[in-house]
Amino acid sequence: MTDATLAVLPDAPAKPRRDIGLRRRYAAERRFRVYGVVAISIGILFLAAMLFSVVTKGYSAFWQTAVHLPITFDEKVIDPSGKRATDPNVLVTANYPLLARDALAKRLGIASDDKAGLAQLKGFISDGVRVQLRDIVTADPSVLGSTRDVWVLASANIDSAFKGQIDLAIAEAGRKVSDQQVAWMNMLRDEGAMAGKFNTGLFTFGASSRPETSGMGVAIIGSLYMMLIVLVLALPIGVAASIYLEEFAPKNRLTDIIEVNINNLAAVPSIVYGLLGLAVFINFAGLPRSASVAGGLVLTLMTLPVIIIATRAALAAVPPSIHSAALGLGASKMQTVFQHVLPLAAPGILTGTIIGLARALGETAPLLLIGMVAFVADYPATPFDPATALPVQIYMWANEAERAFVERMSGAIIILLVFLMAMNITAIVLRRRFERRW
Amino acid sequence: MPLVTVLAIVLAIAAAAYLVARNRAARHVSGTIKQHSRNHYHGWWAALLAAVPAILFLVVWTIGTSVYLEQRIAGQLSAHAGAATIAGQSLQLSLVKSLAGGIRLLQDNGVTTIPGTFEELQPLLSAQGVALASDTQDYMIAMARDANAAADAAGLVGGMLAILLALAGAATGVHQVEPRARARNRVERLVLWALFGSSMVAILTTVGIILSMLFETIHFFREVPPLSFFFSTVWDPRFAAAGSEGSVGQFGLIPLLAGTLYISLVALLVAVPIGLMSAVYMAEYATSRMRSIVKPALELLAGIPTIVYGIFALVTLGPILRDLSAALTGGTPFIQAQSVFTAGLVMGIMLIPVVSSLSDDIITAVPRALRDGSLGLGATRSETIRKVILPAALPGIVGAILLTASRAIGETMIVVLAAGVAANLTLNPFEAMTTITVKIVNQLTGDLEFNSPQTLVAFALGITLFLVTLIMNIAALYVVRKYREQYE
Repeated sequence: MTDATLAVLPDAPAKPRRDIGLRRRYAAERRFRVYGVVAISIGILFLAAMLFSVVTKGYSAFWQTAVHLPITFDEKVIDPSGKRATDPNVLVTANYPLLARDALAKRLGIASDDKAGLAQLKGFISDGVRVQLRDIVTADPSVLGSTRDVWVLASANIDSAFKGQIDLAIAEAGRKVSDQQVAWMNMLRDEGAMAGKFNTGLFTFGASSRPETSGMGVAIIGSLYMMLIVLVLALPIGVAASIYLEEFAPKNRLTDIIEVNINNLAAVPSIVYGLLGLAVFINFAGLPRSASVAGGLVLTLMTLPVIIIATRAALAAVPPSIHSAALGLGASKMQTVFQHVLPLAAPGILTGTIIGLARALGETAPLLLIGMVAFVADYPATPFDPATALPVQIYMWANEAERAFVERMSGAIIILLVFLMAMNITAIVLRRRFERRW
Repeated sequence: MPLVTVLAIVLAIAAAAYLVARNRAARHVSGTIKQHSRNHYHGWWAALLAAVPAILFLVVWTIGTSVYLEQRIAGQLSAHAGAATIAGQSLQLSLVKSLAGGIRLLQDNGVTTIPGTFEELQPLLSAQGVALASDTQDYMIAMARDANAAADAAGLVGGMLAILLALAGAATGVHQVEPRARARNRVERLVLWALFGSSMVAILTTVGIILSMLFETIHFFREVPPLSFFFSTVWDPRFAAAGSEGSVGQFGLIPLLAGTLYISLVALLVAVPIGLMSAVYMAEYATSRMRSIVKPALELLAGIPTIVYGIFALVTLGPILRDLSAALTGGTPFIQAQSVFTAGLVMGIMLIPVVSSLSDDIITAVPRALRDGSLGLGATRSETIRKVILPAALPGIVGAILLTASRAIGETMIVVLAAGVAANLTLNPFEAMTTITVKIVNQLTGDLEFNSPQTLVAFALGITLFLVTLIMNIAALYVVRKYREQYE
């Protein structure tokens, strides 16, 4: 009965649907989603642009042009009076650049009286050849009088030209390499006597005024010392402070002040820590000015709030049942914390520490103020010797104008980013591996 | 006696005390009275009793003797040479100290007779690699030797006393071992004090920051009146030799503060819309697969050191913007290579992940009931977000913006490389302006003596910066706490 009734009811006029602007609102909804996607894309686009620009500028820093030369260690040039048995200084101060120049002249077929040709040789190979040949001779004086094949670094300008970074189309007067030098370079390359070699010097050399003999060795060691100091100082003090605040502190005024302080210190600009380090560690305590020890102490103070906040979160995540069980079995509060809670919170503490260390590795501003902008050519033997740090080295190279320094600076940024990425990935992997779901 | 040897002896005594006490406690285990603490607590109590007083004493003694020796040398110098300028006195003091160090080095290397005049001494010292100023006086040699002798005597006495203290502590600790002794409580109380001391380091740091900058700022305000520092619109430090007239220069904060605020404003205009929209999209619309790609990417952006951003601005973005503006006007670029716009843009990029992660936490904290209620009444998702969720999250978002602004104000490396060093006061964002942080770095990385106003102004700027960021952080906390809705 019902179905038939419904089917034969006269058609009532359909009520007009009220216009609630559905189309407009759905269009607004679609636009909103597009805005969101655009915002995320802009962020990722900038990230990609930065990484791209850094990598394209820097990857060529990892190899260095070298020339394969047969060098005759001529006794008449190195030790003309035959005094090397009595005076060790003779081998150290001999005229090694002359040997290199003669070898290069012979290789390129320039006669020894061709003044113009010899003048063009200047600036073809690096001035660091003096140190290289000197080290060969002082290590093995029997090499005198013989001829050895040596790979000698090319100078920075030739290196840039070899890598195609110099525009060879502009007139000769407007560029750093002459046409004759370019012709020699091409000839040597075709003969296989000039090639790019992996630039171990980037990792081992100290500071230098020439790009081809400068490297990050001192900066890497300095950063390593500072990271060690931060680890040794900030981790125990930070964990101890967190344990006190989380487990033992009474709820009084002093505890409030300490907590507010720690939250504040986490947000203080890093340059203020640099000023603190300058006033207290360098002026008041008299620590040596460019030493890793001062930088390490400043970075410790900066990393402490980060570690404290991460450790507190890790300690708070341990469920109360563990506390209760330990206390119920007769442990004292201290025993509960140190023998039961702390081991369970260890993964979180570790992750927080690694992230804090990664932040400290990338900090530049406080180190600038305590004098780590220094030209340090020798490796620091102890943390009290002058050193520099990775980001500060990048900053110093950024202030140089030569093209080869720009390339090295970008190479150093790549190395810094690789270190940081390794630390962050370690932290993430450790967190995933040891994370416990209570 | 060198400090390291004394320290090693004290630690050895402590280790021996641990072993003796622990073994002594172990012998009581089978007795009739139940032992209160485990054996190793007795051991630790003896070791701590041996080590801690001795080490504290050594610290106090070392600091005390070095202060005493300095006073002694200064007294001898002023008695001998008469009144000199403060700089002259400190120079003489450091000369005597270097002489003392050099003579000690010579004696360590076997030189038995030290000549009495400087001409004979200098070649010996240079052979050891110690270079001294040529105006070192002969009487200073005698003073240096006297100082060395006094230091040696003090070291010997202090070392002996420390070892005696350690032995006394060890003996007391071992003597106190008996079954009823509450060794665990004593050890735990000491550990508690150590934990408390560690948490005081935070307060010490804040106090240190404020005091150290305050002292230097007070020195600065003795030479430059505070009103002219805070309200002058000219920044012109005029580096000149100390002591020459007319070399004070003008130190006005206003152009630096204006630059800081302007660049931070541009940075926030870039970072807040993009960061907020990304956070909203990720919280509401994104699939978990997209979240697992985008969240790590944003974290990567956050982990890049600021110097890399600065170099990106200096080497890549600055020239691009300049050439772009030159192409737009067909000739002269209106965007400088180092300008407020460049620095603000790059700083904004750096702050996007900060805003995004802070807002993400806040938006996901809004309870589902509000969201579901709005959707149930027929609102579209974007309307829900715009009219229900964002207003509910507004206090938190305002707090996040304030925190981001305080980070932007304190940022150094990006502005050092991307903004200029010219203290300009202009409204044109395409010109160069400089900030407080750039000037702090500039004033302190030159070769200036420490007490000139040019260097001290850096501390005045630093304390201003610290106070401004402190006020913003406290304001952020206050806003969040006061206006936050308490949801059950």
